[in-house]
Amino acid sequence: MVDAPSGRSLVVDAVTHRYPSGALAVENINLDIKGGEIIALLGPSGCGKTTLLRIIAGFIAQTQGRIIIGDDIVDALPPNKRAVGIVFQNYALFPHLSISENVAYGLAARGIDKASRQREAQRLLELVQLPAMAERLPRQLSGGQQQRVALARALAIKPSILLLDEPFAALDKNLRLDMQIEVKRLQRVSGITTLIVTHDQEEALSMADRVAVLSHGKLEQFGSPSDVYDRPQTLFVNTFVGSTNRMPGIVVSADRTAAKVRLDAGAEIIARPAGGALSEGGRVTVCIRPEHLQFVGDETGFAGVVGMSLPLGATVVHEVTTADGSGVKVSQARIGETRALESGAAVRLAPLAPSLANAFPATL
Amino acid sequence: MGAAPAARDVTSYGMGLAAPLALFFLVFFVAPLLQLFWLSLHNDTAGLHWGLGQYLHFLTDPFSLGVLGSTLLLGAEVTAVCLVLGFPIAWLYQRVGPKLQTVIILIVLLPLLTSVVVRTFAWIVILGRQGIINATLQSLGLIDTPLKLLYTQFGVVIALAQVQMPLMTLPLITALGRIDPNLDDASCSLGAGSWRTFFRILLPLSLPGIIAGCTLTYAAAITAFITQSLIGGGQMLFMPMYLYQQASTLQNWPFAAAISIIFLLAVLAVVSVFTTLGRMSRGYGGA
Repeated sequence: MVDAPSGRSLVVDAVTHRYPSGALAVENINLDIKGGEIIALLGPSGCGKTTLLRIIAGFIAQTQGRIIIGDDIVDALPPNKRAVGIVFQNYALFPHLSISENVAYGLAARGIDKASRQREAQRLLELVQLPAMAERLPRQLSGGQQQRVALARALAIKPSILLLDEPFAALDKNLRLDMQIEVKRLQRVSGITTLIVTHDQEEALSMADRVAVLSHGKLEQFGSPSDVYDRPQTLFVNTFVGSTNRMPGIVVSADRTAAKVRLDAGAEIIARPAGGALSEGGRVTVCIRPEHLQFVGDETGFAGVVGMSLPLGATVVHEVTTADGSGVKVSQARIGETRALESGAAVRLAPLAPSLANAFPATL
Repeated sequence: MGAAPAARDVTSYGMGLAAPLALFFLVFFVAPLLQLFWLSLHNDTAGLHWGLGQYLHFLTDPFSLGVLGSTLLLGAEVTAVCLVLGFPIAWLYQRVGPKLQTVIILIVLLPLLTSVVVRTFAWIVILGRQGIINATLQSLGLIDTPLKLLYTQFGVVIALAQVQMPLMTLPLITALGRIDPNLDDASCSLGAGSWRTFFRILLPLSLPGIIAGCTLTYAAAITAFITQSLIGGGQMLFMPMYLYQQASTLQNWPFAAAISIIFLLAVLAVVSVFTTLGRMSRGYGGA
């Protein structure tokens, strides 16, 4: 019942799209995706990720650039000739057709005879664990079941690329996790190159082999989840993915691998020049994630006053006000008995390691 | 279970509130209809002899049956023209921006804003021997003698189609608006071409609108006394005019009443065929 891994590569080559009004939807996007990879297109709403998905599917003809699937440039092909499977956010199941007819729809369009396509539909419904639902109508199924059907329908045409548009947004939290695992399982089984459009960073980080972060139509970073999370290349990526403390400061000295920064909050720290070379004396924004800050006993680090401590189960988050009046958050794992910090207690903070403090040139 | 008493209350209120309308219908619709039926059961114009003679007369008279047949056929032709022309307009309406939508809806509604008599006379001007069409064709040298457009079945169908178009287009616009536009994209991405998408997805899902539109258009077209008579002229006789002649000119009230009842039943039969067809297809109410 398992398809042979059929993933084809997908290259988005310098794609730019301009709306008729002249506004840029996406600008010079380059993605080189290997066969069988899961890629997440991550970004806030309006960042152009859905436009890019529709360009790949063929619903929008891009202004410039090429889409290459496998060895074929597909720009001239209409959507029905591209063999790109899509799962829509609202699933878009055909309401008047049974589940089995929905799944078999693409096979009928390919002129496959009725007996074969019924057999294939049944096989796919077993694959998505809904073998008993074949004769029902979509509206008789729950949201999660409808999504499985949408997946089976997209997989039925043996697509070379599978596109998922915000596939889990309409599901409640528990079901979402189940479906994420399910999609990942199906993707591993089928080996289909998969692109997931999402605004949910956890989803992107947990599901994808590589994450492409988009903002305002531009590709901010394209890398593995740990690259994106730990080694962000832009201030946007650092703040959009995960939470972070932004601390302004001035570069004291810098080379390519490390920069000494004097924080406005007091204290000098070593940070990683994340967005390219830094110039001495230039203003920077240093990003340190709450879990990468620690309380230190000695005179290193910067001083602050504890405002509030929030026990959030596995972690405790402390809000600390620094000398320059800005607030930072510190997240501590609750190991054994974490010492309670009273409001108003004076503390000193420092990053866990220089590589965990990312310095970006300050934008005005 | 707790909601049951509340639900029953709602129904009883509803029935009470419907009473004025029910009374109105009883007095002004059901009663006249019964009177009409009672009238049709008389064999003579004076109303002295009971019997089914009027019905027998109609059903055995080739002329009367011919009038009925051509009227029902006229309705079918007008409905078909309205559907074929109205569907693309409704489809277009759902795919253009709000400004063009306003323009389209205005064009669709425009026939309703002018009197039927005025519109019908406009068609006489267009279709007449010296009308716009003939004048244009003649000046282009395409024809030598004027085409006979007025007082033909073709003329009646075209004029009626224009007059009744909003009744088709408006339900279609509503029905197409309920269809998720993603279904179009989904069908396309699954490899279906435009025609397959149209016949397998768009058409079945718009059936409720098609049936509503066809029922309204059909009923309106076959009873359109003014347009039928003015464009059809004296040579073409349809049921409304036939009825009018019997009642008003010949004063044969029992026969006119029988014609009315037969016409009513024929229309009901056609309408129920439409509805049954719709219910048989699973697209009905599926969207």
